[in-house]
Amino acid sequence: MKCSEFLHELTSYLDGVLDEKTKVELENHLSWCHNCYVVCDTTKKTIEIYRDSQLYELPDDLRSRLRSAIMTKCQQQKKRGPQSV
Amino acid sequence: MGAIQNKLDGPVSEELALVRAAKAGDDSAFEELVRRYDRNVFRIAQHITQNREDAEDVVQEAFLKAYGNLAKFQEQSKFYTWLVRIAVNEALMKLRRRKPERTVSLDEDIKTEDDSLPREIADWSPNPEQQYTQAELREILSKTIQGLPPGFRTVFVLRDVEGLSTEETAAALELSVPAVKSRLLRARLQLRERLTRYFQRRENGDDKKSGSKSGDVQDVKNDVASGDGNQ
Repeated sequence: MKCSEFLHELTSYLDGVLDEKTKVELENHLSWCHNCYVVCDTTKKTIEIYRDSQLYELPDDLRSRLRSAIMTKCQQQKKRGPQSV
Repeated sequence: MGAIQNKLDGPVSEELALVRAAKAGDDSAFEELVRRYDRNVFRIAQHITQNREDAEDVVQEAFLKAYGNLAKFQEQSKFYTWLVRIAVNEALMKLRRRKPERTVSLDEDIKTEDDSLPREIADWSPNPEQQYTQAELREILSKTIQGLPPGFRTVFVLRDVEGLSTEETAAALELSVPAVKSRLLRARLQLRERLTRYFQRRENGDDKKSGSKSGDVQDVKNDVASGDGNQ
């Protein structure tokens, strides 16, 4: 496997959807190609950091304010009867 | 190195029961659906719009639209996927209104693959996130993802942050599966490249923030200190 082929398969590899044969070839490539190993490892960390980051969490007070606004508007909409929104 | 697992595999049948109750006029069932997904919709909306007030509006408008169109929901996809599709459209509309000089479209594409080829191959520190405070880290992540085109960051957020499958992401964004895959790869590689500037292992073996090498780190700290920057 060449580096460009590794890059092409990287997303499927990280998502765990590679077929066994390609996976073995890819891991073999990673065992000797340090650059690709680093790219693979740091891409995986990138995903994990974003996933665990709690970026843009909805604060509780805002959350209940939004929810009650939504439900009030829904009920107003219901009273007006069916219409296109 | 193992694969990354998706985290959002909720009980679909329970969701469907709520949807059917809501369709039959049970508002408390709809409220439960709001409770279930409001955090996700808010996160997606803020990632796309990069603006907190817009994200709040998107949450309200998306749920209101879902409520008004519930009868039209065919139950062929998950309710959540359908809701995400509404929310993404609302968020993109906000973005277009805010940046009318630039046409914002999910179809936008970058001509060459070169933009994603790794250039920065430095290894990262063992626990890079621990080099920064929570506020600094959030600022770095927020700034970094803002640099991606909206179409890329939307795919990344749906797939990697919210845990939708490739097929669900394609359905929610009305893109083909290969288009989602290609954007996801490029988004992941571009984010990795940009984060490497903050997280790379220091040559002198000192993983702690020295402030000596990167002006970006200082920029982030200044932004955090002055309260300038996204939440």
